[in-house]
Amino acid sequence: MNRANYDRDRGMALLRMMERIRAFEEQAELAATRDELVLGAIHLSIGQEAIPAGLLPCLNTTDLLLSTHRGHGHTLAKGASPVAMMKELLGRAGGCCGGKGGSMHIADFGVGMLGANGVVGANIHIGAGAAHGAKLLGDGRIVVDIFGDGAINRGPFLEGLNWAGVFELPILFVCEDNQYSASTRTSDMTAGDGAAARARSFGIHTTEIDGNDAEAIADLAPELVARIRQTGQPEFLHARTYRLHGHTYFDPAAYRPKAESDRQWAEDDPIQRQRDVLASHGQQSDEIDKARSDAVTEMEAALADATIAPWPADNTVFDDVQDIGSPAQEAF
Amino acid sequence: MEQMTYAQAAARAVADAMRQDPAVWCVGEDLGRGGVFKQYAGLPEEFGPDRISDAPISEAAIMGAAFGAALVGTRPIVEMRFADFALCATDELVNQIAKARFMFGGQSRAPMVIRKPMGMWRSSAAQHSQSLESWYVHIPGLVVCCPATPQDNYSMMRAAIACDDPVVYLEHKDIWALEGPVDVAESYAFGKARRRMEGDDLTIVSWSNTANVATQAAMTLAGEGVNADVLDLRSLWPWDKESVLESVRRTGHLLIAHESVQVGGFGAEVAATAAEHTPCRIKRLGSPRSLISYAPNLEDQLRVTEQMIVDAARAMYS
Repeated sequence: MNRANYDRDRGMALLRMMERIRAFEEQAELAATRDELVLGAIHLSIGQEAIPAGLLPCLNTTDLLLSTHRGHGHTLAKGASPVAMMKELLGRAGGCCGGKGGSMHIADFGVGMLGANGVVGANIHIGAGAAHGAKLLGDGRIVVDIFGDGAINRGPFLEGLNWAGVFELPILFVCEDNQYSASTRTSDMTAGDGAAARARSFGIHTTEIDGNDAEAIADLAPELVARIRQTGQPEFLHARTYRLHGHTYFDPAAYRPKAESDRQWAEDDPIQRQRDVLASHGQQSDEIDKARSDAVTEMEAALADATIAPWPADNTVFDDVQDIGSPAQEAF
Repeated sequence: MEQMTYAQAAARAVADAMRQDPAVWCVGEDLGRGGVFKQYAGLPEEFGPDRISDAPISEAAIMGAAFGAALVGTRPIVEMRFADFALCATDELVNQIAKARFMFGGQSRAPMVIRKPMGMWRSSAAQHSQSLESWYVHIPGLVVCCPATPQDNYSMMRAAIACDDPVVYLEHKDIWALEGPVDVAESYAFGKARRRMEGDDLTIVSWSNTANVATQAAMTLAGEGVNADVLDLRSLWPWDKESVLESVRRTGHLLIAHESVQVGGFGAEVAATAAEHTPCRIKRLGSPRSLISYAPNLEDQLRVTEQMIVDAARAMYS
């Protein structure tokens, strides 16, 4: 699959972002299992790195992103600090949400990341609303709204897509289809032809893509973004991928045949695929390996920083609830 | 002072706020024709379809999308049409809107007014008549308003629109046509009760339309020489604990009246607070814990009436 005029710089940028996402999540998993410092659930996106890496770097910082409980990769690719993210996973002061949200509510409004969400599908109509607000304000921002395959069976999928269509909103819906709704195979619980067919039924322009092909996603992303900016109309992307780990870090995924995930690791790990693409286009192997070692160094340092960060002050539990009738004045 | 109805007062408040702040907009079913209760009358003509926006019958998306639009810098007024229908958007209100500022460590605000017309009028049965205000008081992050008069539906609406917190704004459906004087210069501070009648014999605490019923009852009682101090709480979170305790310390008798189900109702919170702080006698009047009917005689079984308030006050005070 060699291409003439292959852009090795872009290829390396894709690899570096994917390696950063994976290294971040490997460190997060170690912090949970080895160090017992991550106290709540974390949902790893290992195997799904090509989608954020391919899609999000072409956005402006001011553009907006809404994500899911499996959102570390999206958040990093939108430009959030891995140190602040790791502190958040450990519930520490200096975490992007001050230790109040943890992994499932990670957000960095400074880079347009309007939040992961602990409720499946709940970000779909909220994302449509962010696009609605941007349109009313006329500020040119667009929204990328990422959700999983399980979310297409929730009401907000119907209501949010209809809303974006009716109000002609500048939003890219991305169904990151890792084939599992927690421990259930999504296809067993989904009638009809799934995400793309449903999106097309709303008259939303829909594209299907191999979600483990970082190069293909990076080719497509600028086109989708340009079309949204130009037309102001919603777009839908169905990206097929695979969740190589369990639903949470403590889920061994015993409900699926080991051969299935072994085959995915061997044949369809998006990072290995990207390494192979680069190698086949003449990229030096030490450069390819350095993407991995740099990422591991960065994320080990992020975990080390987070580990020594203090807990948030006890009284911050009363901050940022509300101004009127704030518990800081009146807890009971 | 101008004379206007409860519905007109709200429409005027929204219009005045929208003229001042271009970030304020309204979204909900049927708003393009002035709203199902005409509580947006005249607004579509003045502000157009982008700022007085129709919506599909998608309560979850109305609430969720308005929330998304609030996160990026607009100030939506969300119309839920009936408080009962707002239950279709409970995740959006309770799990998302109320929690976002806190969960995200103060990075965001959700300046929204969520209008939920509530309460019994006539023969609307169990899915179009409920008063669920106490549910929302239980949710940290929300402000809860229950205006009872045209003046308060103007002043409280202006305060709710100006507020940076999400405000659950529960108008009572049975008083859309209630007329009264409105001074548009009168401001409202959340958590300040309105003293509807002054007296030293007995404290009556109420809110929403039951505050109007209680005020009528207090007039009857005054004719008998029993002077009730009637406090219309107006907002339930925050609520005016200080005024209630001051009054109860003076009268020694606390009667709480509300339309919603008595069991677990906000009256229990008022009663418990009074009991913790004062040696008073307490009586609650709320709906029996049953369901609202279509047949008028059955519906009436659940109403807290003027006569019931008068009787309860007499029994307490005598």
